[in-house]
Amino acid sequence: MESLGIIVAFYLLSAIAVGGAIGVFLASDLIRALAFLVLSFVATAGLFLTLSGDFIAIAQILIYAGAIPVLIVFAVMLAPLAGRNNGNGLYLVPGLALGAAVAVTVAFVAVDVEWNELSGALLAERDFATTANAIGNALVGRYVLAFEIASVLLLAALIGAIVLVREDEAT
Amino acid sequence: MTVDLAHYLTVSGLLFGVGISIALAKRNAIAVLMGIELMLNAVNLSFLSFSRFSGAFAIKDNPLDGHVFVVFVLTVAAAEAAVALALSVLIYRRRETVDLDRINLLRW
Repeated sequence: MESLGIIVAFYLLSAIAVGGAIGVFLASDLIRALAFLVLSFVATAGLFLTLSGDFIAIAQILIYAGAIPVLIVFAVMLAPLAGRNNGNGLYLVPGLALGAAVAVTVAFVAVDVEWNELSGALLAERDFATTANAIGNALVGRYVLAFEIASVLLLAALIGAIVLVREDEAT
Repeated sequence: MTVDLAHYLTVSGLLFGVGISIALAKRNAIAVLMGIELMLNAVNLSFLSFSRFSGAFAIKDNPLDGHVFVVFVLTVAAAEAAVALALSVLIYRRRETVDLDRINLLRW
């Protein structure tokens, strides 16, 4: 964690991630906002890599930066008239105030609390060659019930999404 | 100069704040969904950083629990995005708009 590359990567990727998120807020067109969202997600995947979460970083790129934007593009294109406007609603000022309050609070707590964290040699001891093995073992071992429930949830979401948007051809 | 847990949590808090602002301030239902995805993503970042830096657990005691949590969050986010976008397409088909300020069917 001490090497210069990690520090530079952290600050660069953090700036891109937060800047992309702000771009989602400021972009006037929804498709442009979506591009900023993908930028933010890819930068966050890079941050996951600096935390030695290689499997999660790849899954993040596949799902957050790949699958979900495709879904959103489909939804935007299916609603052509209203879909493009990324304007602000009635709750602009309260939303901004609450967002700023949450960000300041979390940042203050994060800096202020004395975390019982690892650093230096102890941290290097916990470096993984790859995390995929350990995650797979945990998923089918200790967390197998949650794993099965997640599969049922995905099936329910799949069927639900199809049923919701299906044209009723009987009538 | 090092990068430690507080730095990652600060970035996570910033992302969550921007996400909550987008989710509350935007008028378009799909933009609100983008804000929610940003918030989930910020939570994933804090999960992973706690998992990486955690000194509270012994080294051999399930060191990757945070990663497993993130896998479940990714699953739920994908399911939620699919259902939410199906709903917005459905609302557009019925009401010709996805403007949340004009979807006030449940208002008294």
